[in-house]
Amino acid sequence: MSKKVLMKGNEAIAEAAIASGCVHFFGYPITPQTEIAEYMAKRLPKVGGVCLQAESEVAAVNMLMGAVSTGTRAMTSSSSPGISLKSEGISYIAGCDLPCLVVNVQRGGPGLGGIQPSQQDYYQATRGVGHGDLRLIVVAPSSVQEMASLTAEALDLADTYRMPAMLLADGALGQMMEPVAFSAFPKRDLPEKSWATNGHGFKRKKNITNSLYIDPNVLEQTIIDRYAKYAEIEKNEVKYEEYMTDDADIVIVAFGITARICKSAVAEARRAGIKAGLLRPITLWPFPKAAISEVADHAKVLLSVEMSMGQMVDDVRLAVNGKRPVHFFGRTGGVIPSVEEVTAQIKALAENL
Amino acid sequence: MINQKIGNLNIICGHYGSGKTNVAVNLALTARKLYPEKKVHIADIDIVNPYFRTADAKEILEKNGVEVLIPEFANTNVDIPSLPPKLISLFESKDDISIIDVGGDDGSVALGMYRMYINRAGYDMYYVINMYRPLIADPTDCFLCMKEIEDVSGLKCTKIINNSSLGAETTADDIAASVEYAKKCAELCSLPLTAHTYCPDFAPDTPARFAESGYANEILIPIVNATKKLF
Repeated sequence: MSKKVLMKGNEAIAEAAIASGCVHFFGYPITPQTEIAEYMAKRLPKVGGVCLQAESEVAAVNMLMGAVSTGTRAMTSSSSPGISLKSEGISYIAGCDLPCLVVNVQRGGPGLGGIQPSQQDYYQATRGVGHGDLRLIVVAPSSVQEMASLTAEALDLADTYRMPAMLLADGALGQMMEPVAFSAFPKRDLPEKSWATNGHGFKRKKNITNSLYIDPNVLEQTIIDRYAKYAEIEKNEVKYEEYMTDDADIVIVAFGITARICKSAVAEARRAGIKAGLLRPITLWPFPKAAISEVADHAKVLLSVEMSMGQMVDDVRLAVNGKRPVHFFGRTGGVIPSVEEVTAQIKALAENL
Repeated sequence: MINQKIGNLNIICGHYGSGKTNVAVNLALTARKLYPEKKVHIADIDIVNPYFRTADAKEILEKNGVEVLIPEFANTNVDIPSLPPKLISLFESKDDISIIDVGGDDGSVALGMYRMYINRAGYDMYYVINMYRPLIADPTDCFLCMKEIEDVSGLKCTKIINNSSLGAETTADDIAASVEYAKKCAELCSLPLTAHTYCPDFAPDTPARFAESGYANEILIPIVNATKKLF
């Protein structure tokens, strides 16, 4: 599929995963991400893979753990309440140092919440999802093309660092349609999976995947080693996009679908003579701390725009470290902020510069 | 959008994302213009897609005098396949024009319970196709998708509309490149190819490109883009 096709964001995730050699999918339906499973169900049997609808999210994530233990590429997807259910399994997968892809196409919460888009799971995703000292690599697409390219990238990152990666999208990105091309995703040199429990054939020592440690000192050292790996990731894998930030007085920080809305608002503000810009984190963990700190050296004020009551704004404030005021604007509960609303926020800030 | 006679009962079906809602909205607006003496209804009976749907175009439709019938819970958080009870009256009305926008693929199962009424009323069922949708990009798959829709709805498609598009990035070349695909699909499905669509906002030079490409005799109709805009 090198030519452009028209796809829903959810379909683009599924196709990109298959194109990247992900042959197993375990899931349980939930709006607004069900098209991923539906697409997998249609396509995976044709490429010799397995798409399995489990009896619950908990079952699905444990099937995923089993599959990735063998060194094959596999993924699961869900939406907010389903990710909460999967969080125990994700912690186990992280505790076993196994690579996998978890997709969260967020909807409004807490609880069953609603089926409309949200970004309320930022805390959950960037703080590791499950229990324990752990991180997930978190990528946040903001177009259907990125739903595809970041799926491929997240699978590679997971394999490179032997840990779970999460693609954090939202219902709007999952459902909307845009042209997408599947050619030429950049490829990484991936380490060999010498740890895989895929049969020793009496030729090597047996491999064991396990997250239970009897001796606390051994567990402590394991976690310390893992955090050294996390430090490497923070050094090497930060991704973000800047739009008109060079001379900006007001810099918006926004990710995902919200960044698309903010981009239009920035353009609108520029037309009104206001020097606005946008910094879009593409990786939410590792978070682009240095880039935000740098922007805060020349911008006068920052504004975090989110589909939540304000979660990423905490990380923006930590990055800015008191150098500049950091404001917040958000809609929540499944309501998408409009370009006009964000433009009004920029204009209000401009008046008080 | 259609320069041919529009019947009383028009069902719009097709693969997910082939542009059914857009075709349905445009057909309703055209019916309003062609038959000012008739009442025009549009009904959204998509039970599979929670977000982008006819309900989003309610304002423009009502402004143009189209009666809009949407599920009570459309665009809310109630994710259940409930359909408006008033829907059945559309199949009984002899004088009005009704356009039924159906969910993608097997979402047309929603039609099944009304099959008896629909058959009695007589109908046109437009199968909307889009070459740039990967799961129907092969004409054989496109045919199989139609068969699935016919199987679950218990109704037969009667016409094909080529709505091939890449959304806002569509060029005249993209549309011209879909003509042979549409002909092949029509042949496999044994259905008349009613028209090709293009959106003048995205690809204004499509008629010129059709003329250059030897497609001057193809029926090409302009449509407005009724998809909800977020940014």
